[in-house]
Amino acid sequence: MEVQDTKGYNIINNWLESKGFKPFLFQQQAWQQIIAGNSGLVNAPTGCGKTFSVFLGAVIDFINHHPDDYTNRKNNGLQLLWITPLRALAKDIGRAMEEVIVELGMNWKVGIRNSDTSTSQRASQKRQMPEVLIITPESLHLLLAQKGYPEIFRSLKLIAIDEWHELLGSKRGVQVELAISRIIGSRQLAVTTNDSRLSIWGISATIGNLEEAKEVLLSPIKKVGITIKANLNKKIEVESIFPDEIEKYPWAGHLGIKLAHKLIPIIQESKTTLIFINTRGMSERWYQTLLDVCPELAGSIALHHSSIDREMREWIEDNLHTGNLKAVVCTASLDLGVDFRPVETVIQVGSPKGVARFLQRAGRSGHSPDTVSKIYFLPTHSLELIEAAALKSAMQENMIESRPPMMLCFDVLMQYLNTIAISDGFLPDEIYKEVASTFCFRDITKDEWQHILHFITEGGNAMQQYDEFKKVEIIDGVYKINSRKVAMRHRMHIGTIVSDSMLKVKFMSGGYVGVIEEYFISRLEAGDVFTLAGRNLEFLMIKDMTVLVKKSDKTKSIVPSWNGGRMPLSANLGKKLREMLDKSATGNGEPIVELEVLKPLLSLQETLSHVPKKNELLIEQIETKDGFHLFVYPFEGRLVHEAMAAILAFRISRIQPITFSFAMNDYGFELLSDQPIPVDDTNVYDLFSPEDLLNDIQRSVNSTEMAKRKFRDVAVIGGLIFQGMPGEKKKARHLQSSASLLFKVFSEYDSGNLLLRQAYQEVMDQQMEEVRLRDMLNRVQESNIIITFPEKLTPFCFPIKVDSMREDLSSEKLEDRVRKMQQQLK
Amino acid sequence: MQNPIPHIVRNNTLWLSPERSLFWEEENTLVIADMHLGKTGHFRKAGIAIPQSIYKADLQRLMSQLYLFKVDRLIIAGDFTHSVANKELDLFLKWRKDFSLLHIDLVKGNHDILDDSWYMEANISISIKKLAAGPFLFIHDLKIHDKLTEAEKQLYAFTGHMHPAITIKGQGRQSLHFPCFYFAKEYCVLPAFSRFTGTFKVKPQKGENVFAVVEDTVMQIA
Repeated sequence: MEVQDTKGYNIINNWLESKGFKPFLFQQQAWQQIIAGNSGLVNAPTGCGKTFSVFLGAVIDFINHHPDDYTNRKNNGLQLLWITPLRALAKDIGRAMEEVIVELGMNWKVGIRNSDTSTSQRASQKRQMPEVLIITPESLHLLLAQKGYPEIFRSLKLIAIDEWHELLGSKRGVQVELAISRIIGSRQLAVTTNDSRLSIWGISATIGNLEEAKEVLLSPIKKVGITIKANLNKKIEVESIFPDEIEKYPWAGHLGIKLAHKLIPIIQESKTTLIFINTRGMSERWYQTLLDVCPELAGSIALHHSSIDREMREWIEDNLHTGNLKAVVCTASLDLGVDFRPVETVIQVGSPKGVARFLQRAGRSGHSPDTVSKIYFLPTHSLELIEAAALKSAMQENMIESRPPMMLCFDVLMQYLNTIAISDGFLPDEIYKEVASTFCFRDITKDEWQHILHFITEGGNAMQQYDEFKKVEIIDGVYKINSRKVAMRHRMHIGTIVSDSMLKVKFMSGGYVGVIEEYFISRLEAGDVFTLAGRNLEFLMIKDMTVLVKKSDKTKSIVPSWNGGRMPLSANLGKKLREMLDKSATGNGEPIVELEVLKPLLSLQETLSHVPKKNELLIEQIETKDGFHLFVYPFEGRLVHEAMAAILAFRISRIQPITFSFAMNDYGFELLSDQPIPVDDTNVYDLFSPEDLLNDIQRSVNSTEMAKRKFRDVAVIGGLIFQGMPGEKKKARHLQSSASLLFKVFSEYDSGNLLLRQAYQEVMDQQMEEVRLRDMLNRVQESNIIITFPEKLTPFCFPIKVDSMREDLSSEKLEDRVRKMQQQLK
Repeated sequence: MQNPIPHIVRNNTLWLSPERSLFWEEENTLVIADMHLGKTGHFRKAGIAIPQSIYKADLQRLMSQLYLFKVDRLIIAGDFTHSVANKELDLFLKWRKDFSLLHIDLVKGNHDILDDSWYMEANISISIKKLAAGPFLFIHDLKIHDKLTEAEKQLYAFTGHMHPAITIKGQGRQSLHFPCFYFAKEYCVLPAFSRFTGTFKVKPQKGENVFAVVEDTVMQIA
């Protein structure tokens, strides 16, 4: 049946007409598929009616099934489950849906469920589920931890996963996969009602692997599904902001605030401007700087990031809608969500590190279909201008990154099994089938499954007689958690976003400011002044896990450095960077304005060392008072460089006993040693040989800290680290331990542990991916390796050298290293 | 395992062992701190699957130290057990019977919260806060050092609680981190005996001695 011939369609179409709208083609296509009971993926950018493409489909379907009494029917049970990655989105989406329902005169209810939902609302939802429930992946898992949850999903017709590109590729995506598998599984067991259709629809912005994105979602229902593309081609204009004298612009480590004055005319000329900053810490600084440079902006400029109080954030969002704000300094916290129509201009400060993210941010401006989205790029150091040129070129060629889904995340699986053991308990055979039906776990072996069951029931191997391990118990074949304490602790830890434990920040006189990482506060002393939410605050004390502060007039303050948030450059952008350097070295092709501006810097690089062409790999050897440096520039992104540095260090360390510390950025990496590094043109091709790569990967992973860092998240998600909640009065102190200690003891005493193995596997999958490394080494073999010996630091190496994050790799005996260090001290 | 190395304090010879214990030769006594017995069991009971073999290994290491030095007495400078009683402690009680001639002294630490009856059954003599022996005084937490009497302050103190560790830096931005024995002028902080413990970085002053536990050797750093 054609959707246009249905009653539901007519009602919706009339409603749209009454508002002066017409359905887009892709929306009609989606509705057609939804009423046919099919599943699939809608590919549409933020802010062009993607919500309605799925939501109105569910409404049309409902009307078609109840043509005579669709307005009267209430308490229909859950019809549409709407999964969204961001809490902040729920309110706006819910509001938009409610508006439609009211105007159609229907009796549906829209509920929101996330960590901001009050207990009383939860309880009333439990008594009577609303027809539409908007939920985050974490809260969905919490729902699965509730007794009798299968009842909720019995009436369900449609699961929508909004902004699926944001979830795919992360462990939250795996949570979604598992939850879907359980919802489907629980419905199969329930008595089948006469209407047992359930369709699944993902909504995603454009990414490189759209088809795979759909396959991941639909894997549990074993269907191919339909992809519907919005095909709305949006014009995007990119403009770089240049420093007046490139020679004087910093080479590294700056925030770009020297260029702040150049933003003022841009802000003043446009209705509303969003200024995207990559980290929360930097955004605090930028907010302050803009106010210093242009005090008139006070009152019409705001700061928005995820550590700011929710009420404050909501206030900012509301004022963005109404156009009351001239500019908002923000982080990824405003990447997603409904349109802020007044936004005309977007400014990106520092590299966005990927084409997809840059496009998404650009798309936040100029919302009507025919307007041009205007985005400015402000470099935080001079070399970033090459990235701007690379971004532009990649956008022209539509080179958009893929988000590869995560595979075999045992930590998430372990958490999930505990979750469903809290509510109704589970039968392993049944759940195994469901788990294996997901994309993430399609390759899980029986052995691995048994290992996990053993781990959650017995806690691994133990001395039976002297052990009291207690988590999941098996009663009549049902795996269940009975201890209320264990259940409560588990509920508090459901989720896969691992952050440092956060403390609330409050004024001594009352009033909530936001939250802050415990480790940052732990380094402060009473009287120190720090910046949060754009305010200078004097630290007074910590009481009951709350940081008490008062306002400070001091101008000097410490800006919190939040951990994480360092995005690696995507492979696509890396490739473009190499092309851009080639252009500037050879002078081929059309002149590119960013490269023109950079000329003085690149010629300095050429004078001191060399600017590599496309078929060249540059290596610089420099001696400073720190020791002997070897810089290598593959332009492959931070993650691959870390892997390369480890492998190269490992291979050199086989030539002679030597210790390295290494650092990397998106352009290259550095090996630093206290002795000369034996690399020259006689052995350099061997050192970059693809031969025996797999073994060398294995060995270098074992001798570095990469797995240790991954283990931190794995251990928290897998339930080995008990964090306590922010603001919790008493922490269970006797249950505290650190991830690095756990990594040490597991490595020493239980090296076969599944979670430990997963940490290594994640390094292998994400960083040490053999195929990608092999491709790169093959590329190096075919290129000219140019080794230079600059007298002083070059523009290329400087940003790497100042990077403080470092790792070690050594082939010297620990005892000898200690002796040597002692001698160096004397 | 390399041999312990000697260190003389107040004319007494102390042998520092890479197993994080200290042998006091004159009194034929082994001194340890922060054993945190039953810590793995405490975690496991709460559903956190820490490998129990750590506990077993800690106990075996203690046993081998007792055999190696053939001591008459064991002094524990606090935190012998980790939390409330659990089954892992039963294994210790069983083991204790094989060393029935050994005299065990415990200066109670903040983690030693078991009922007195347990220490009785385990045949452990309890001192609250402090224990004097010869030229030495054993306490758990350095904090109480200020509150000691003048006479007690004359004694050289051995403490635990801190789980001290030392960071050494070298050229090429290298740095290493080890648990250590930290000998200040008036007191020594012992390394935590258990391997399932975190560490706290100490910064030695001039004239103080630090011995790092570098895998299976003890090396003097300062």
